[in-house]
Order: sequence, then structure tokens, then C-alpha cells
Amino acid sequence: MSEARDVLVIGAGVSGACVARRLSAYELDVVLVDREPDVSFGTSKANSGIVHGGFHHPGTKLKARLEMQGNLMFERLKRELDFPFERCGIVVAALHDEEMRAIEQLHRQGLENGAVGIEMCSRERILELEPALGPEVVGGLHAPGGGIVEPYRFVFAVVESALKNGVSLRTGFKAVRAERSGEAWRVYSEDGRVIEARWVVNAAGLYADEVSRLFGAEEFSIKPRKGEYYLLDRAAKAKPRKVVFPVPAANSKGMLVIPTVEGTVLVGPTADDVEDKSDFGTTRERLERILASARSLVPAVSEADVIASFAGLRPIAGDDFYIDLSAKAPNLVQVAGIQSPGLTASPAIGEYVKDLLKKGGLRLVEKASYDPFLEPKRRVRETDAFGIDRLVAEDPAYGNIVCRCERVSEAEIVAAIRAGHDTLDGIKYFTRAQMGRCQGGFCTYRIIKIIMRETGKGWNEVTKRGGASRLVEGEL
Amino acid sequence: MTTLKPDAVVVGGGAAGMAAALELEKAGRSCVVVEREEGLGGILMQCAHAGFGLVEFDEELTGPEFAERFAEKVLASKVTVLDGATALELRDEGERKVLDCCSAKRGVVRIEARAVVLAMGCRERNRGNVRIPGSRPAGVYTAGLAQRLVNIEGVVPGRRVVVIGSGDIGLIMARRMSWIGAKVEAVVEILPYPSGLTRNIVQCLEDFGIPLYLGHQTTRIFGKDRVEGVEIAPLENGSLDLSRARTIPCDTVLLSVGLVPENELSRGAGVELNPATGGPKVDSTLMTSVPGVFACGNVLHVHDLVDWVAEEARRAGAHAAAWLGGERPGPELRVKAGANVRYVAPVKVDLTRKNRVYFRSLAVLHGATLEARIDRRVVKKLRKGHVQPSEMQSIELGPEDFADLVEAGTDAVLEIALVQERL
Repeated sequence: MSEARDVLVIGAGVSGACVARRLSAYELDVVLVDREPDVSFGTSKANSGIVHGGFHHPGTKLKARLEMQGNLMFERLKRELDFPFERCGIVVAALHDEEMRAIEQLHRQGLENGAVGIEMCSRERILELEPALGPEVVGGLHAPGGGIVEPYRFVFAVVESALKNGVSLRTGFKAVRAERSGEAWRVYSEDGRVIEARWVVNAAGLYADEVSRLFGAEEFSIKPRKGEYYLLDRAAKAKPRKVVFPVPAANSKGMLVIPTVEGTVLVGPTADDVEDKSDFGTTRERLERILASARSLVPAVSEADVIASFAGLRPIAGDDFYIDLSAKAPNLVQVAGIQSPGLTASPAIGEYVKDLLKKGGLRLVEKASYDPFLEPKRRVRETDAFGIDRLVAEDPAYGNIVCRCERVSEAEIVAAIRAGHDTLDGIKYFTRAQMGRCQGGFCTYRIIKIIMRETGKGWNEVTKRGGASRLVEGEL
Repeated sequence: MTTLKPDAVVVGGGAAGMAAALELEKAGRSCVVVEREEGLGGILMQCAHAGFGLVEFDEELTGPEFAERFAEKVLASKVTVLDGATALELRDEGERKVLDCCSAKRGVVRIEARAVVLAMGCRERNRGNVRIPGSRPAGVYTAGLAQRLVNIEGVVPGRRVVVIGSGDIGLIMARRMSWIGAKVEAVVEILPYPSGLTRNIVQCLEDFGIPLYLGHQTTRIFGKDRVEGVEIAPLENGSLDLSRARTIPCDTVLLSVGLVPENELSRGAGVELNPATGGPKVDSTLMTSVPGVFACGNVLHVHDLVDWVAEEARRAGAHAAAWLGGERPGPELRVKAGANVRYVAPVKVDLTRKNRVYFRSLAVLHGATLEARIDRRVVKKLRKGHVQPSEMQSIELGPEDFADLVEAGTDAVLEIALVQERL
């Protein structure tokens, strides 16, 4: 079982997805693989979901250049791909006069980077822009170009678009060995599948160092940096209009209060270096720290509104992105260390990698049939009563509301499963079912039963997120 | 889109909704019941254990049996039942209340009614609400979800179970899991006393030798794909003693950490909520701050017995019917929670008739006296003996108790307090 391709992209997170989609515009045979059972299950699923404003990093860094470029691409992408994105703006709040000096620095950096509309704010101005801020604020920065995006839905849409334009997707493909075979690479997965490709893009996120090693390419190491978050109910009082940042810390942009694009509020993340790349655990002390920090910015943040906590891992490889043609291994492009602002930069990473491949000798011929647009998804949550009535007339499953908190219909869940998202977590990220205030208390069994019906699986074969994450033991 | 125009719409077809609808019908009012599930009964349908109906029917029934008694009457009546229908939005347009709901069978149905009875029940608090840190493996369920999986879907959630919280559903599920052959390693309760009814502690834990850890907090859930265990630690004077932390291996965690009235629909209609209960603030007729909108059962405040739900719901239905007929409450007195009382519902009493006020204590008291006071003057006194937060209490107050009120003035407040007798 071996398949021959032009380009193999390893890692279906936001970077790999954007690379695959960009390449799908050319006459190329591209395959995208991921070790997880679904796309976007690594760093891309648990992050702040922010389109950054272009002021946090000096323009000498690659990540700052790609951030600026990527930021400007989101309106067009939203139009093409129909994912939740809103350019709500960012404020950085200074809580005392010394912090205003850091604000000046950020402002200057933003101006140099060309961040559109960036401004220094007096106390009065910043409170007018963001009334949720506490009385302690003394002033700050406003970057109207910043925004919010649902990160996994962005990845899902990008992958869907890539697939529509001919890219193949292989999930559960954990690369364990790579060897040269003539002019191509032969890449083996743990479960015995083999893919042959002339070019390989290493966008393996937390595992990019290990993948690099498989190809005998550059030695570097990816250090996971954990970020813990709290998610607050959409009815929370503490809902800012804009993304609220503190003045940045040494190793992170600090803990934020984020109005998510779907109406909930996210607070976090912490930034702690850890060893284990599969350690997504949260801790009491850090979660308490998040609440304290968030309250200093937005006093209405309350633990009574918490509906979930989670952690994500940033893949750290030094303090900049590492995107380049490998100097050691032939026909390999490294896309590593994509930490913040990776999500913002991702569309630009797609462009950049395409250019690197071209520079490396890959022939790019534009494909006449390339269609950047996806059919907008139909969602009961975004439809008025008359519209829902019309949807039900077409397909009664739109009238069966499976997830009441986020108002997700059976039809939407079936569509998710048919698009390959057949784990509980996959369905959660794709549809939002189980993501609301009851966190699946009411709908989990309904979703399991729909998965069983659609896939023919038994009770003990449905999983939370693949592997050994089975949900129940089996029938009585 | 179909439009229905009954006198009243009842949101929820569980015990509360059915009892309220029957009263409306009895009073000659046309009424539509909207229920999300297929069929009536609500959460009772997954409560396979006995213990329901001792007050209502003077016999011990299972949940489905209790529900059946009401459902038969509803189905035999002129009440219209829209089941399998999810309420989307409730709007208050003054005289007219508009409820949109959707179902696979009928599409969107718009119901325009003059009165609404809210009977949506409650939901379980979850892991996020009580902020239990750790990883997020499969095998962490609310007790009610596990109950559904076992009793209705007929599946085994797991083999080694730790129950976090000692609410009634958790206790009942500890017993249920034992019955299906699982090993229940522990029930862990953060408070120094159980959250569930005493009879459930005896019948569900003691009879099965399941250890109950009181005054213990769950500090971590661990496991990569599936739960591998929990870590618990005792609380000493309110703070964690991590030196005495211990881990309990298990593959399943069930959470029974409280219930929250489901008032998203009510809030959308502008109904004012009581932060102490999470339910609407209601007057002596169980009417919310929105005229014509009534509330009863677990959406108003979380009850421990369905019998009290039915009692309260009948009153709500009767009051809604009376309101439709033009009746309005007499002069009312505000009621508030005094010493040792967590909340009172309703928050107003009618001076001209008999009222029942439900309340819960804040503490475990041995030898408590209930006092109803108006401006510090005790107007009614009842010996309660033992009271605890898990057991809902009630008091009846009638015109005779308000005889002296003229003296007290109209802005007086009735206070319900629990006083510890001298030991």
C-alpha cells in the first residue's frame, strides 16, 4: 500500500492546512497527514483564537512579518471559507504609569510594522473603547486591526477547501520512518501505511523536531510551553468588546480576556515550560492565577461563570518561527516553532512555504479548476425562525436540536460525521455541540447514538478523541 | 410555520409542566405543553429507582410510574402536547407572549398565548463549574448522564467509579453502578456533611459499603485517553491539607455537584432571576417579574422531592388560570431569608389568603426552631428538630398570621429564620 505524491505535508494543524490549501491551487498531487484521528487536534485546537494586531514583535523577526501579512488576509479568507472571524480590535491596558512606557514601546513597534490605525490611549479614551476595563486602568494601546477567530473551525474550513481542490487527507498517520527512494521520500506510518512524495513539508507542530530527525535533517528541539485557560458562559457579565491584553511578560503576551467570536469569554493563557508533549493537564494554582490576573483587567470576571478549563501547548523552537528549506535533507521544508502569532500568520505561512518550494525547484502551474470558495454551512444557531422552518422542510433533521446550549441540530452533526469528524471532540470542534454551558451533560448520549448510526460503530467503539479514549464499556 | 393561539403555554413536559397543564385545563383554559423529548415525563423517565409519590399518591413509585400517572391524564385531556420540540425563544410582547419552538416533525411552531408557565427544570453542574483541574480524558460524566446511559441506553459507563459530590443523583448512581457490577471506590464530598437525603446515604452507600469522604476536595483528575484516577485531599479549617492528599485509581468519574435551574429562555423574555436560587423571583401567585409568566418546579428552585414539584406546579397552573380570568393578587408582603436560611420561594406572600413558602437551611442544625418574623416580631414559630441543607422545608402562612400587620406598616418584610435551640 504505497501512494506516490508530489508533496507530503506532515501535520494538519493550522500551518500544514494553510500550506496544503495554498498548494491546492496548482497542478500538484498533495497529501496532508496527521498523527491524530482528526485535523486541528494539536496546538491549533487550544489557543487564544486571536488575529494579532502587529505590535508585539519587532519587524526584524520573520514571525512579525508573517503576522502583518497574515492579518490582512482574514477578510478574504472569511468570505471564501465561511468561518467565524471578527475584527473586533485589541486593547492593551496599562494599570500604572510605568506600564505606559511599555505601551509606548509597543506603539512604536506597531507603527514601524505598519499596524493600521494603532493608537495610544488616555484613561478616558481606553475606557470609552472598552468599558469592561476596571477603574485602575491608566491608559493603553488600541489596535483596531486585531480580531478573533474560532481556531479549529478555521483549520477545518481550510482543510475542507484543500480537499475540495484535490488534496488527500490521511488521519491517524504517525510518521515513524523516512527514507530516500530515488528522487522521492518514502514515509512510513506506525500502522504500516507508506507515502512516497517528491517534496515533504514538516509542519508537525510539537513533534517537528522528531520529524526532522526522521529525515536526517536539522537537529533542533521543540519545547512545549503550556497555556491554561478558563472558558466563561456566554451569559457572563465580564464580556469585553475587544480583546483585552495586559502589558506583556517576558515569555508570553500575558493573560488576556477574550470575547470569543461565538459569544463566550476566554481568560488565559498561562505560560509554563513543560517536558511532556502530551501533558494537557490544568492545575489549581495556575487556574487561580488566571482569574486573579483577568480580574485586574476586567473586574467582572467571576468564577461563577466558568464552564470549562483546558490547556494547550505552544511549540517553542527559539524565539522566532523556523521556516526554511532544509540545508541537510533534500526536498524538505521545515515549518517549526510556530507559536504565537502562528494562527494570525498561518495564511502567510502558506504563501511563504509555496515560495520556498518554488525556490527549491518545485514547478508550480496554476490549476484552472481551483475554487477558493466553500458552500456556506447551514447552522440552526445562525438562522431565524422562518429560516429554520424552511430548513426543516428540506431535511427534518434540522428540527431535531441535539445540543440545546449551543443550538446544534442533528443535521449539522450528521454533516460533521460525513466530513470525517467522527469522535466526540471532532464533532465538538466542528459543530460546537457539547461546548456550551452544560458541557455535554444533555447531548453526549444523543451524539454517541448518531455516530453509531452513521458509522455502524458499537457503543464501545465510539471515542472521545480516538485511541483508547473509549466512552463506555459496552452494553449491559 | 404553524401558529397556535392557546390561552396558555407550558414550557416543559416533566412533572411540573404536566401538573400545571392539568390545572389550567381543569379551569377551562386551552393549553399547549412543549416538551423537548419524545413523550412526556422529563427527567423522571430515567429515574428507575423507587421513592417517588409518597406524598402525592401515598405509595412508592418509580420515576416512570410517577410520570405515567400524570401523562395518562394529560393525554386524555384537551391539552395539546408538542413533544420532540425545542423551545427556541420566548418573547414578552405585553398582552401576548410568543414562544417559537422547532421539531423534526412539525418544523417551527409559533405559539401565541396570554399566559406562560415555565417548567423547564434544571441541569447538572459540571466539572468546569466546580473547577476540578487535571487532564480531560474520556470517562468523566455527570451523574445524570450516567443514569441515562445505564437506565435507558443500557450501557456500562465504566468499571471502577469515583463519585464526586454527594447529591442525590450521585448517591443513587453509586448504588446503580454497584448493581451492574462496577466497583464504586468512593464518594467524595467537599462539605462536612452529605448533600443528599439521609435515606439515600443509608440505602445507597452504607448498604453497599461504599466509603464516603466528607470534607474532601477533588484536586485533580488524571489519565491520558481514559480516566486513570483522581486525587483528593482533606480540608482543614477551609483550606486544603495537601500533605494528606491521596489518589484513588478509577476509570470513571461521576459528578453530582449540584443542579442549576435552566433559565436561559426566561432570561431572554426579561424575567428577573433570584441569585440565591438561579430561578425567577416570583410573587405569591408564582408569577415572575413579567406579568403573565409563571414558574414552578426545578426551574424556580431545585426541589428534592418530585411530590413538592407537583404541589407547587398545581398552584402555578391554578394561579395562571385565575390570572387569565382577570384575578390579581391581594396586598402582598415581601419575604426574605433570615438567619440560617439560604433562600425562600416565593419572595412574596398574599396577606388575604393561605400561602406556602418553601425554603432551605444553610446549615445542619440539631434542634432548630423556625420563626416567621415581621419587623422582628415573631408571628409564627414551629419546632423543626433536625434540619439540613439537603432537605427542603416549607411553612404555611395565612391571614391569621398577618393580623397585626396594620401596625407594622405596608413596607414591612416577612423574614423566615431558623434558630438553633439552646443545647
